[in-house]
Amino acid sequence: MKQLMLTNQAVARGAYEAGVKVVSSYPGTPSTEITEFIAKYDEIYSEWAPNEKVAVEVAVGASFAGVRSMACMKHVGVNVAADPLFTASYTGVNGGMVLVVADDPAMHSSQNEQDSRLYARSAHVPMLEPAGSGEAKEYVKRAYEISEAYDTPVMLRLTTRIAHSQSFVETQERVEPAPKPYVKNVDKYVMMPAMAKGRHLVVEAREKRLAADAETSDLNRVERRSNQLGIVTAGACYQYVKEATDASIFKLGMVYPLPIEAIRKFAATVDRLLIVEELEPFIENQLKAHGIACEGKSIFGLQGEFSVAFLREKLYGTPAPASEVKVPGRPPVMCAGCPHRGVFYVLKKLGCTVSGDIGCYTLGALQPLAALDLCVCMGASVGMAHGFDKAGSERTRKMVAVIGDSTFVHSGITGIINAVYNQGTSTTIILDNSITGMTGHQQNPATGKTIKGDITAKLDLEALMKACGVPSVRVVDAYDLAAVEAVVKEEIAREAVSVIIARRPCALLDKHYPAPLSIDRDKCRKCKMCLKIGCPAIEHIGGVVRINKELCVACGVCTELCKFDAIK
Amino acid sequence: MKNVNILIVGVGGQGTLLASRVLGALASIEGKDCKLSEVHGMSQRGGSVVTHVRIGDNVLSPVITEGEADYILAFEKLEALRWCHYLRKDGTILINDQEIMPMPVITGNAEYPQGIYEVLDGLGKRYVKIDGLGLSGKAGSTKAVNVVMIGALTRLIGVSEESGLQAVERCVPQKLLEINRKAYNFGYHDTEEA
Repeated sequence: MKQLMLTNQAVARGAYEAGVKVVSSYPGTPSTEITEFIAKYDEIYSEWAPNEKVAVEVAVGASFAGVRSMACMKHVGVNVAADPLFTASYTGVNGGMVLVVADDPAMHSSQNEQDSRLYARSAHVPMLEPAGSGEAKEYVKRAYEISEAYDTPVMLRLTTRIAHSQSFVETQERVEPAPKPYVKNVDKYVMMPAMAKGRHLVVEAREKRLAADAETSDLNRVERRSNQLGIVTAGACYQYVKEATDASIFKLGMVYPLPIEAIRKFAATVDRLLIVEELEPFIENQLKAHGIACEGKSIFGLQGEFSVAFLREKLYGTPAPASEVKVPGRPPVMCAGCPHRGVFYVLKKLGCTVSGDIGCYTLGALQPLAALDLCVCMGASVGMAHGFDKAGSERTRKMVAVIGDSTFVHSGITGIINAVYNQGTSTTIILDNSITGMTGHQQNPATGKTIKGDITAKLDLEALMKACGVPSVRVVDAYDLAAVEAVVKEEIAREAVSVIIARRPCALLDKHYPAPLSIDRDKCRKCKMCLKIGCPAIEHIGGVVRINKELCVACGVCTELCKFDAIK
Repeated sequence: MKNVNILIVGVGGQGTLLASRVLGALASIEGKDCKLSEVHGMSQRGGSVVTHVRIGDNVLSPVITEGEADYILAFEKLEALRWCHYLRKDGTILINDQEIMPMPVITGNAEYPQGIYEVLDGLGKRYVKIDGLGLSGKAGSTKAVNVVMIGALTRLIGVSEESGLQAVERCVPQKLLEINRKAYNFGYHDTEEA
């Protein structure tokens, strides 16, 4: 049956049809929906792991045990998972194993623009890259065949435009391969120097075999059009090239290893060879290293997403129409009732330097709160605050780390252990909204629910912090600004590591809100204090401050700011 | 139905994703190829959101090129202005006559532009105003603005009421069917001609 599917859903369908048995992932835009869709299939065991490293280790274990497994993550997740990935390349697999990675050119929802294809090359594993939903589903199945035929993990790469676009997909039935027996084999599965030396040779031979077979693989194809221009491309760029130009196309389905000789032959049939690839000159540099003359990054650059308009402009000098009007921006904001808002208001009021992290609360960097000073990667807030502490900076005294519950479990815990062990004095606020928020409400170990919503052991953050040796662990209601302020003041003054858990569920979790608040016109003195928290429900229009009843969830944070008791 | 590029623009939380899904279902019913492109994540949090819908015989890029949208379905007035350069010369913007203040306006750092319709007139853009909140409220829920908009659009692109309604029915939950049927009918019949 033909069905319109988000590519992430098509990847899930591919895993289902390929007979995958175990999937472990950590959410991250634009990869999250893959595992959410997989969780709907009862034939597949699926889970949210606390981070991508654990997810890949689970997939590796399931593969060793003899079934097909998968781990899904966004591009920066592969940094976390790189350790098991690089050595799983040495061990190879038993059941097929696929790592799905979603890159984010143009950074729609990410902190950097790294190119995962470089990981495939460094780890010496093959990588497939589909150009749409239908191909994505097919490539997942092909990836398992390659994984088992060549005894290697396989990476499947998506980019935001592919992951989050929908096209028609033809579905098929699930075929579940018989589990392979696990056979003890220390030379293959125990990577100590003596064994790993042997496996490195296996990896090298495997890569050569893959490269040789890529030359004739039907994953790559030539679409013959104009002889003047030939373009090597893959993924979303293939669609742009096909629409924007009349060039002959060498369409790669497997982006690593490359079919160098086949591309050399293709190059000989066209007057000019271009490489159209977003981000790094991954294909271009390899072709140049093999003496194939081509151009790419000198024309298209390293940054952002490409498009039909972009290619037309770069190739034919015909720019697309640009906006003729200047309009105010509409940046993303913390929702009305967001429990992070009040905490940031207090930190700004106290003049704190705030070491931030990855999640909805990164929005605390934007106006009008503008309370967040630093943000680097998942879990970094805690380590960076400790670094500030040890640097003896004059700002140290007022340094506070903020980190969400899911991010804290992902990679903040070790930062706390480090600060305690190394006699630091940093203060960390865990913004515990009881869910993984930014990616759209995924469960995590601190929520007490599995990916399927079943009740499970709930990580006790207070007990965990005490067990780590944190001398002062405090819990406050994130809506109670007076309490948050008092506790933060006490803890930043303390000459020891402290953790404050600011707890209040995400306002979008339970949508049974009390009646919206309103402003008493007679009492309001237009002091605009309530506007300082940047609540989207409080509007200042034509000199009048009013509460938008469609948006207000009556969290009451604004009432704590009003000195005239005008908000009820 | 004919081949069309439809850009759906609005503010996170306005139900633009459902509108794109209905159009996807419509393409399926009409036996057309279709690609939808949407961006999730940060843009959901009250930010400006845009979804590309391309319906044709063999759709390549999932993204519409500037100046090539046949229709823009604008769920908010300011967003209509922000994205109007995507409109083809003879294209039409369907504008839900609603203003949602962006954060820089709320905090007094920017002004909500006045006279948006006059600016669009000045740019030579063809548009249709739609009282989405009023019509959806009449249907039973202001959350059905998206279905009102779809109703108005499907008439303009020459799709039968039956096909449009069938697409809506495929995409909305059973318990909200009646409200959405009404919203669709108001959109199809009670909005002005382009």
